[in-house]
Amino acid sequence: MADVIAHHEFDPLSTGSPRRRILSKSAVYALLIVFAVCYLLPLLIIFLNTLRPLQEIVRTGFIAWPHEVSAQYWGEAWGSFCIGGTCEGVSRFFKNSLMMAIPATVFSTAIGLVNGYILSKWRFRGADALFGLVTLGVFLPAQMTLLPWAFVLGKLGLSNSIAGLVLIHTVQGISFTTLFCRNYFLNVPDDLIKAARIDGAGFWRIFRRIILPLSPPIIIVTVIWQFTGIWNEFLFGAVFTSGDHQPITSAIVAFSGSGTGERHYNVEAAAVIMAALPPLFIYLVGGKYFVRGLTQGAVK
Amino acid sequence: MGSQTQSKADQPWRRWIAERTPQLILVPTIGATLIYVVGFSLWTFWLSLSTSTILPDPTFAGFHEYVALWKSKRWIVSFQNLFLFGSLYVAGALFVGTLLAILIDQRVRFEAVWRTIYLYPLAISFIVTGTVWRWIFHPQTGVELALKDLGWIGAKFDWITDRDLAIYVVVITGIWHASGFAMALILAGLRAVDGDLVKAAQIDGASMARTYRKVILPVIWPIFLAVAIVLLQFAIKTYDLVVALTQGGPGVSTTVPAIVVYDLMFQRGQIAQGAAAAVMILVALAAVLIPYTLFMIWRRRQEGNQHG
Repeated sequence: MADVIAHHEFDPLSTGSPRRRILSKSAVYALLIVFAVCYLLPLLIIFLNTLRPLQEIVRTGFIAWPHEVSAQYWGEAWGSFCIGGTCEGVSRFFKNSLMMAIPATVFSTAIGLVNGYILSKWRFRGADALFGLVTLGVFLPAQMTLLPWAFVLGKLGLSNSIAGLVLIHTVQGISFTTLFCRNYFLNVPDDLIKAARIDGAGFWRIFRRIILPLSPPIIIVTVIWQFTGIWNEFLFGAVFTSGDHQPITSAIVAFSGSGTGERHYNVEAAAVIMAALPPLFIYLVGGKYFVRGLTQGAVK
Repeated sequence: MGSQTQSKADQPWRRWIAERTPQLILVPTIGATLIYVVGFSLWTFWLSLSTSTILPDPTFAGFHEYVALWKSKRWIVSFQNLFLFGSLYVAGALFVGTLLAILIDQRVRFEAVWRTIYLYPLAISFIVTGTVWRWIFHPQTGVELALKDLGWIGAKFDWITDRDLAIYVVVITGIWHASGFAMALILAGLRAVDGDLVKAAQIDGASMARTYRKVILPVIWPIFLAVAIVLLQFAIKTYDLVVALTQGGPGVSTTVPAIVVYDLMFQRGQIAQGAAAAVMILVALAAVLIPYTLFMIWRRRQEGNQHG
């Protein structure tokens, strides 16, 4: 990744006269700033509107400097805003998303670690074919699985429940986590495993003593990738849950899409920012690992 | 070693289990994956060949629903939108991503800050992204109202409610969301280019722009291809972004295949046709991924031959 590979030893802008150099340097920074504004402004605008009174937003729209500022709309959005006849705000949907994303992330990561360990270090006949099959799961579009899932969830009594979504995201997630972990463990030298086996270490002992201590980087990458992906997912939540059981993404669409009555833009904006905060927080804290996951997810 | 453990280990079934621990542990995964990848796909394919409407119905109808699907105007529009959106989205994200990567490659200060800013949209969901941009693009809440408020009474910016232009709103929002991803991968590629190659070009007196165009970018084309393939996949699966942004409207002007699938399956009670549409999405993905995979295998083999 970019952060580990040293910069090649040349400075493209060091050519030309000093005056040209200053000119091109400033052009570079000007462009960087213009793009930064383009990327930051939309979210900043929505954030400012979480603080503005409704009349002000209705009159001037979202793109205006706030005159009156209040934090009360955050409280309303969290705890007392009425959605579908219940006035409890988005806090319950936020909790639903946590109840969905955390277990599904833990399960799929744990299973992926063991799978990856087996498929890279305990190779058997057919292991590659199996790995190919698991990888296919990464590319399978969700639309192909909607009707079967509806049937399976119904049979298991998990229709319209967070537990059903946990099941879906765990099964679907295993493909990603197995792929990530297997590719990572391929870099663990086989000699290490061989030596441990000669010393009499068994399957689980090698996993605990050799593989797990080497795993923190891939665990962090996988957890970040899974949690963000599951938190942000919309289709399964929209198809398989309704009312009180929705995750936050489908709840936001449900209340901002239904255009009946007066719109509460400030409260809606606060709810949207709340939906964005957990993945944003993870991105800012684990940025390096987030990028590493992206690269692996994309190229491998 | 104690005699008891010795005798335990000698029991054939224990040894059998001990030898096959890895395979046995994989059984649940194999089962789940077989059901999920193979079973669910075949199930949906089978439904697409049936006469199912609101409930599954096993009566075989052949490819009847596929024919009906390709005759429906909505589906044709959704596929046209997919081609238009897909090509502009991939090209736009690659262009902006390359530009950003080159800018950051100029030994700028605070590199990590710039990268963090450009990449953050990828962390937030399509739902949040779409909702935010809907407010900005909508004439009643966004840019148009702001311009009017500034005194330009005749201001007009209503792409999102215009049948012919709404799809470009989806394109712009998609590029905003994905260009940081392209930047991150392309930047990693730029950093991996052999420094001597670049120095040689500089010594030959090539300008910066020329060095990038003729020397650096051609070397990292596999990265462009990889990014394009990933983004094409995103484009084919696009659903949330359009739902949050335009809900496929106005009319059907921004409908995409995934929206048609959802509508047929869960709004209109046409399960079989919805399944047929889902299979078509799978076919579209395969049409992108299979040639790419074959090409990569071929290329790896070529390289293997070259290096002996």
